[in-house]
Amino acid sequence: AARMFLRLLSDIQWRAAHPKWRMTSSQRSASTTAEPHPVSLPAQAQVVICGGGIMGTSVAYHLSKMGWKDIVLLEQGRLAAGTTRFCAGIVSTARPVSVELKMAHYSNKLYQQLEQETGVQTGYMKTGSISLAQTQDRLISLKRIASSLNVMGIPCEVISPKKVLQLHPLINIHDLVGAMYVPEDALVSSANVSLALATAASRNGVQIHERTCVSHVTIQKGQVTGVETDRGRIQCEYFVNCAGQWAYELGHSGEEPVHIPLHACEHFYLLTHPLKEPLSSSLPTIVDPDGRIYIRNWQGGILSGGFEKNPKPLFTEGRNQLEIQNLQEDWDHFGPLLGSLLRRMPGLEALQIMQLVNCPESFTPDMRCIMGESPTARGYFVLAGMNSAGISYGGGAGKYLAEWIVNGYPSENVWPLDLKRFGTLQSSRTFLRHRVMEVMPLMCDLKVPRWDFQTGRQLRTSPLYDRLDAQGARWMEKHGFERVKYFVPPGNDLLDLDHSKTFYKPDWFDIVGSEVKCCKEAVCVIDMSSFTKFEISSTGDQALESLQYLFSNDLDVPVGHVVHTGMLNEKGGYENDCSIARLSKRSFFMISPTDQQVHCWAWLKNHLPDDSNLVMEDVTWKYTALNLIGPRAVDVLSELSYAPMTAEHFPSLFCKEMSVGYANGIRVMSITHTGEPGFVLYIPIEYALHVYNEVMNMGQKYGIRNAGYYALRSLRIEKFFAFWGQDLDAFTTPMECGREFQVKLDKGMQFLGQEALWEQKQNGVYKRFTMFILEDHDTDMDLWPWWGEPIFRNGRYVGKTTSSAYSYTLERHVCLGFVHHFDEKTGEELVVTTDFINQGEYEIDIAGQRFQAKAKLYPFSSLFTQRRRKDEVELSGYQRE
Amino acid sequence: FYLTPSQVNSILKANEYSFKVPEFDGKNVSSVLGFDSNQLPANAPIEDRRSAATCLQTRGMLLGVFDGHAGCACAQAVSERLFYYIAVSLLPHETLLEIENAVESGRALLPILQWHKHPNDYFSKEASKLYFNSLRTYWQELIDLNSGETTDVREALINAFKRLDNDISLEAQVGDPNSFLNYLVLRVAFSGATACVAHVDGVDLHIANTGDSRAMLGVQEEDGSWSAVNLSYDHNAQNEHEVERVKMEHPKSEEKNLVKQDRLLGLLMPFRAFGDVKFKWSIELQKRVVESGPDQLNDNEYTRFIPPNYHTPPYLTAEPEVIHHKLRPQDKFLVLATDGLWETMHRQDVARIVGEYLTGVHHQQPIAVGGYKVTLGQMHGLLTERRARISSVFEDQNAATHLIRHAVGNNEFGTVDHERLSKMLSLPEELARMYRDDITIIVVQFNSHVIGAYQNEE
Repeated sequence: AARMFLRLLSDIQWRAAHPKWRMTSSQRSASTTAEPHPVSLPAQAQVVICGGGIMGTSVAYHLSKMGWKDIVLLEQGRLAAGTTRFCAGIVSTARPVSVELKMAHYSNKLYQQLEQETGVQTGYMKTGSISLAQTQDRLISLKRIASSLNVMGIPCEVISPKKVLQLHPLINIHDLVGAMYVPEDALVSSANVSLALATAASRNGVQIHERTCVSHVTIQKGQVTGVETDRGRIQCEYFVNCAGQWAYELGHSGEEPVHIPLHACEHFYLLTHPLKEPLSSSLPTIVDPDGRIYIRNWQGGILSGGFEKNPKPLFTEGRNQLEIQNLQEDWDHFGPLLGSLLRRMPGLEALQIMQLVNCPESFTPDMRCIMGESPTARGYFVLAGMNSAGISYGGGAGKYLAEWIVNGYPSENVWPLDLKRFGTLQSSRTFLRHRVMEVMPLMCDLKVPRWDFQTGRQLRTSPLYDRLDAQGARWMEKHGFERVKYFVPPGNDLLDLDHSKTFYKPDWFDIVGSEVKCCKEAVCVIDMSSFTKFEISSTGDQALESLQYLFSNDLDVPVGHVVHTGMLNEKGGYENDCSIARLSKRSFFMISPTDQQVHCWAWLKNHLPDDSNLVMEDVTWKYTALNLIGPRAVDVLSELSYAPMTAEHFPSLFCKEMSVGYANGIRVMSITHTGEPGFVLYIPIEYALHVYNEVMNMGQKYGIRNAGYYALRSLRIEKFFAFWGQDLDAFTTPMECGREFQVKLDKGMQFLGQEALWEQKQNGVYKRFTMFILEDHDTDMDLWPWWGEPIFRNGRYVGKTTSSAYSYTLERHVCLGFVHHFDEKTGEELVVTTDFINQGEYEIDIAGQRFQAKAKLYPFSSLFTQRRRKDEVELSGYQRE
Repeated sequence: FYLTPSQVNSILKANEYSFKVPEFDGKNVSSVLGFDSNQLPANAPIEDRRSAATCLQTRGMLLGVFDGHAGCACAQAVSERLFYYIAVSLLPHETLLEIENAVESGRALLPILQWHKHPNDYFSKEASKLYFNSLRTYWQELIDLNSGETTDVREALINAFKRLDNDISLEAQVGDPNSFLNYLVLRVAFSGATACVAHVDGVDLHIANTGDSRAMLGVQEEDGSWSAVNLSYDHNAQNEHEVERVKMEHPKSEEKNLVKQDRLLGLLMPFRAFGDVKFKWSIELQKRVVESGPDQLNDNEYTRFIPPNYHTPPYLTAEPEVIHHKLRPQDKFLVLATDGLWETMHRQDVARIVGEYLTGVHHQQPIAVGGYKVTLGQMHGLLTERRARISSVFEDQNAATHLIRHAVGNNEFGTVDHERLSKMLSLPEELARMYRDDITIIVVQFNSHVIGAYQNEE
């Protein structure tokens, strides 16, 4: 029968015209009522939003709710006609990243009451969702998510296969090991949600114009001044790019490009006719990540799509079109997913197909969405790149972006989503095309600790890359830069990539252990060239004066001193955490984390006075950094330089230009970012190989070896060093992580964040950075902590971990995290005191299993055998990776 | 008895080889996507040879098929040596100097070629020193001659062919103190081989042909159909120009004896070839070399036999005819094959079979549901069947193997007949040669995007 059927089909030409199916046909009129179309565009507005999908309408809705009225929303086609219209409409809160989870949770609550608020039918139906696990590893990852949902007060349950069958009678459960049930997840008609948001926004005064195309945004002196459209120009202060998969192109259309790294892939889902006995509209949505598919009920039948292993990227060359027409259906491509669907629900064999929908989705290089302000154009905001979770994020993302525009920053830490985590280097089309082909299958792949992207690699490398690679280096990537994880000794084979994925003890455990041992007992070299390095200098005192205001620690130190300091915002939160060396009276050398390159530059550009006598330069690429860690580092360096390097001559936190080997002008700093003794050498790149060779040759007799970031990480965490971007963020102040000594509160100087810190000094802090040592945790047998594990104090949830590592010295796992104090009755946040921390029994929840932990506010002093002057200063909590 | 399909496959696939050119080798994008090659023996041992290599000191890639006769010694030697001669002929003066200096001072040599070889394609270890010395003499002469002009590919190809043939001849005349080598060089010189070599560099495709192997370009027309373009002329009695050339080179008095029964001097099928000194040396020289040679040579009827009507040697040359073709985006692939293929298949069929093989997947029409009533189960069955069909097209992962399967197994309807295929492949060794010849095929696939980009640049 199948053979005959084929003949039938191959004779039919595919018809590209309008699909018979329209999700929104009955509600079409809503957009017209929502939007009395004025003949001409206004000449000016405070905010212009480009894009009438879920993101644009959500931003408009939230801005207008916050009291901003002078807003124009422009849509090139019709409202909710792009990806939004074709979206599968699943609101799912099961997200691994905490801020994404919060956005999805908010969206769910918003959509639930939207129909009541606006009168527009949204099709909201609380069905719940079930995520299936076919393997034990998958179940662990679901349990981890369940833990973080539970502590947020979102109902969630890990259930048995039998229970799955009770919730959804069609599912074949014989290959399942368990599942996660989130009863409050919902279904909506995404186009209608978007129309409802537009309706409400419009009632609040937002002007909506359909069939209006933005050609480009005009920017003068780094500030948005207006938009040019095919219907004329609008002057504006703020522009919001919500153009979905066209956001990249729109960003590049102006004279000064705004890089928005996203790329579209074709995404397929299937619609069927109703079953004989139509499916109940309250049947939960099924997500089967091991089968790469999701299945929801749809008008008595099902809607099922997935994320295949071999995605089809499209629009690489940027072919624009008004509305996304139905792209060609590709059944052969969908075949494996269909197979997967029928394995999961064998009873559907006889169900009749209605349509295979091809709806492009945009994906980003790191699977997280993109929001925030352009680093180069003030007032240019972006919200796009939803990685096929647009409807889940829509409400929350719109809210955060509106807050960002109105208040200067959202109410949550959104750094993981911030546009400024990317630079120009991620905006190559070739890079994006290759990377999204990896990202899309990853939507379903198991995400274990320490996984790295495999595409778009070897973009930025140290001059020593080949040399280190030949010695067995294994690499990870940060901000495009290749960094060594560890070195595999010759003859020591590690598992291949797929087999090394684990939530338990990894295969490199002993390798890193021996690197750590060498750091403790002899000397190791770590190539740390990826750090962001700026030089700031001036003709007079301008540099010192401006930096004194922007940084919380006192920078007016003698030349040659290195200062650890935060770069704080008005609320006293860390925008950056860095070390600054005073090279001369008038020039400073600043080292920041690798992913600060764009953010820190933009922050300084925006805050430094516009003074041609004050010069800032990004010298990241000019220096190779070698970190010599260990008690014998001093011997190696003094032999190579014929200069005394002992503590009397070269105290801790000191910086000096000297010669190493034949090479001159090496900036040597007595810091190691680990609390161990040693030095970092900032070497002009042309000398990198020479200095490295000299160090390795001279180091032979002291037992020198190469080491990687995993060793560094273990060292810094056991020393309780916080790291920006993981432990520290814009919502964390120095007072909250025991760094008051790095703040010049008592010096009577004005600096950014001063009032907030002063207030905390007076009244206490509401969270406290704490170190936990796991007590009853078996390193060989138990699940390893990662980050984001809930912390329980006397059985009550008090916060989450931010990073963790195995300490080879303590032979225990160490987790770092923040402890809050929630009032037992009201849940209100109370001041966290030292006593509160110390007088509690702690447990850390790893995938549902709780381990006893000992809390500490100060590192183990017994760990440090070699004490040196100023040790306390470096030891008590400065670090980054 | 019949061979099972898997036995047939293991015979057909025994010598298959594929090479994918890296998309970007760090220097430039290649117009060649890769190549598939294979050979099927009829003689035991097989007398065909094949070679493929990338030039490392200049741009471009070399591919060639070699059809030996009167033994495989000459084809083997040519397959090992010819590409080095071509590569050296293409090298700029400075690089030659550099290489010579390296040899002189005992330093490591710049690699000249990167070979792409099947494990069965061997190089003779014993002769490598001898071959190297001859090659070195050649480049030393090139250094001395330094014309200062840039090397023309056509000239380089012609020079390389002629020089190698000359060296083969000289080595046999001089002999070697080592008795094994001495016999080897004589066997090389007294046997013969044709050569069909392609040099691809960007859009420039040069074919140098000596003998009756053939190069054919597969072109996809705008309507998607396939056509064949010849890029070489056979050097045999069917080629009027070739017959004319031979007649011009010898006195009128010999005219009627030159070509008899479609053979040169009534003996040799190809009109151009490497080796075959019996058609090149004077009678005196042949006698002297054979008589002073080892006993095995002296006892050999064939070597002692002087062709009839042998008055004004040489009658045979190794000089190739070179054709230059600028690649266009519609030029999808190149087939180089020995006459074993062309005897059984018309080039039009070759173009169609390879073309459809290479694009096979895309030819299945996409499925559309439209308004038809299709269930999930039916669709799943249909898709599974389509996948199975595609994988049967790809039973051969190698275009050359696919072509051999057709060449040997095609019935009168132009489709592969398993029974016939099985029979042809199970012929006993002594019979095989009567039903088919050795077949050697290289299919080179071009990158149309790269070729298009080159075109736009120009």
